[in-house]
Amino acid sequence: MAALRGRALLAPLGARLRAGPRASLRSTASASAAPLYDVLVSGGGMVGSAMAAVLGHDIHFHDKKIALLEAGPRKDYDHLPDSYSNRVSSISPGSATLLSSCGAWDHVCSLRLKPFRRMQVWDACSEAMIVFEKDDLDDMGYIVENDVIMSALTKQLDAVADRVEVFYRSKAVGYTWPLPSHSCDTSPWVQVELADGRRLQTKLLIGADGHNSVVRKEAEIQNIEHRYDQSAVVATLHLSEATDNNVAWQRFLPTGPIALLPLSDTASSLVWSTSHDHALELLAMDEETFVDSINSAFWSNINHSEFIDTAGAMFRSAISLLKPSGTAVRQLPPSVAKVDPESRAMFPLGMGHATEYVQHRVALIGDAAHRVHPLAGQGVNLGFGDIACLAHHLSAAAFNGSDLGSLKHLLKFETERQRHNVSLIAATDVLKRLYSTTLAPLVLLRTWGLQATNALPPVKEQIMAFASK
Amino acid sequence: MRGGGAARALTLTLTLRGRRAAAALPGAACDDRAGLSFQTGLRGVFQDYNKKRQLKSSSTLPVSLTEMKSNMFTVKRLFSTSHSSVDSKEMKKFQLLAHKWWDEEGEYAALHSMNDIRVPFIRDTLLSTSSNYHLGNPLSGIKILDVGCGGGLLSEPLGRLGASVTGIDPVEDNIRTADRHKSFDPVLAKRIQYKSSSLEEIVEESMETFDVIVASEVVEHVADLEMFIKCCSQVLKPDGSLFITTINKTQLSYVLGIVVAEKIMGIVPEGTHEWEKFIPPEELEHLLESNGFSVKTVKGMLYNPLSGSWSWMESTSLNYAVHAVKAGAQPTDTPPETDIQQPSATAGTAGTAPDGPV
Repeated sequence: MAALRGRALLAPLGARLRAGPRASLRSTASASAAPLYDVLVSGGGMVGSAMAAVLGHDIHFHDKKIALLEAGPRKDYDHLPDSYSNRVSSISPGSATLLSSCGAWDHVCSLRLKPFRRMQVWDACSEAMIVFEKDDLDDMGYIVENDVIMSALTKQLDAVADRVEVFYRSKAVGYTWPLPSHSCDTSPWVQVELADGRRLQTKLLIGADGHNSVVRKEAEIQNIEHRYDQSAVVATLHLSEATDNNVAWQRFLPTGPIALLPLSDTASSLVWSTSHDHALELLAMDEETFVDSINSAFWSNINHSEFIDTAGAMFRSAISLLKPSGTAVRQLPPSVAKVDPESRAMFPLGMGHATEYVQHRVALIGDAAHRVHPLAGQGVNLGFGDIACLAHHLSAAAFNGSDLGSLKHLLKFETERQRHNVSLIAATDVLKRLYSTTLAPLVLLRTWGLQATNALPPVKEQIMAFASK
Repeated sequence: MRGGGAARALTLTLTLRGRRAAAALPGAACDDRAGLSFQTGLRGVFQDYNKKRQLKSSSTLPVSLTEMKSNMFTVKRLFSTSHSSVDSKEMKKFQLLAHKWWDEEGEYAALHSMNDIRVPFIRDTLLSTSSNYHLGNPLSGIKILDVGCGGGLLSEPLGRLGASVTGIDPVEDNIRTADRHKSFDPVLAKRIQYKSSSLEEIVEESMETFDVIVASEVVEHVADLEMFIKCCSQVLKPDGSLFITTINKTQLSYVLGIVVAEKIMGIVPEGTHEWEKFIPPEELEHLLESNGFSVKTVKGMLYNPLSGSWSWMESTSLNYAVHAVKAGAQPTDTPPETDIQQPSATAGTAGTAPDGPV
């Protein structure tokens, strides 16, 4: 009871235990007929499918029943088209480890992926740049098409079909939350109502249904969100000449960062975050003009000013006095020759973070819990990190015979992940705002900051370690 | 196991039943700590019967003739065993909080978090001795008796790990709460059976039935500890395991376990424990060893009230856990001399002796 008092001082736990006003006292007769699952994952995207696959392959979940709800139809991933898809993700080594723990990474490797060894990030308004690479020249990360990841996960879900039941074309329309302590005769489980009228019950509901999460809304969890005045334009590009394409390039333009992610020795994927109007223009352009804009975005020095250039050069010579190896020559990315027809698309960008990741019998993972700007290439990696942490705690809870929906271990997951995610999301937001301006003082600040960071390997290593978890 | 109850019911509980019980038996609150527990047991038996009758009559159902007969029968049965390990004063304490078991942040919060160390302790000890491991159900095939199961706080995790659990508790309301809680989970409903009974009452029908007995936070509440252990031995299979968690009788356990835990911080409802009934591990070990058990492990436990979590510690001066094993089946007596004699006898008759006549 002292523990309760302590927590009551620190956080409004009482409010958390009552999830939403919809906790209705339905009779047990109708509810008891609905099938009961140990874990139900709502949302069959990359993060939801990976969550179900990881739990399905966990030894302590051998006799448990898991359900995965996906609103769309089952896609046929058996035949990958020769052309690359325009939706790709940068997969960190940590995420690769998670995917290999459920056997999916082997499938990804046998399909197609592109490892990259270096990342060069530089400013359009100055000469400042920063280069990330691992000391042992190991792979820093992998560029994988989202369809490839989904194909691998679907195969692994099929492998544990006796434990994991996947419901395609099943959209959840309503959730009924249980009262926390069982003082009455109502079912203690979460009731899920599907669009076709079917009802399911579960001991733990995991919301992986994206940044407009229904689970989060129904659980009345507050979400801090902000729509950026930017959209991202994606496309598949073909390079002018074949090259050892193992570098990820990103340049911060005043309108937003433009990134070139390697897909193969001759192809790269474009992610260009820019204003909504410019994005619409880019989509409407003919292919030649589009390719020209990309090349000029990477190569042109139009945003440089004398003042910043001089200040930057001074700072750089100062650093080279103190740390001779701390400066490097800026390299130029490969030039683009053409763009895949039909591969241009755009989607709006925003930032979001749920104030709570968990409630009694509910947990949020992936974009349902947090949404981030693509400039850091972290979006799906944060989701995979959530899965690794939650699966670890659920596995331990299952091995202890605990009730899977109990807040005790769910709160441990929330604390661990919020600690990691909040700093990363905040840093990404700050970077986005810092690099969205051409005001001289801020440009100077970020120029010197970037140059200084580039000269300090320990700091860069910390950044890489944090981002690759 | 148990953890709730209140001797000073008027100040603590708000339930109507609590007020009725306290009003009906003004004598109970004034009871001193009795020296000889079995005397209290006898006196308590009559008080308990009276209380049961009064509770039943104060409810809307009339006391039928058959009910009265069964009550008298119960009294006769309890009366015939002059030693009972059930202390009915203790029973009363737990009766009042029978519906609070499953509130994880309520009166029983410390017991809920104790699962985090006692379940792995039981699970790992049993896994290390058994040869087959069923994926996902580490305790599959093991029959466990949970004595003093209360609302089923420990029975349910053990059931989820695959064991067949029988939970017994003398307080009927506890069993009702436990039954209702497990009924929503079809897997648990099949694996766990609850019975309102004392340990002695099931001895006759369960001789050498169980692989494991768990008596967690119970032995500091029983009236006759030696008889309790004897009964455990009778219902346990040979080589079966007995797990006990309880509180040591030291100055530290009085200060922290009673003064701080009950009166100051309210971790445990006031009046739950009586320091006189705490048992030092040496005494418990002695009782176990002299009743056919071999004590394998004694480990100290510590509760951190700030984090609300338990951990293991070297010292057993507060809470501690014991794992004991009942002696195995006695082998048939073949004194070693006959074994040596036999070959020489056969050697003689087989005529392999070098001096023997050809």
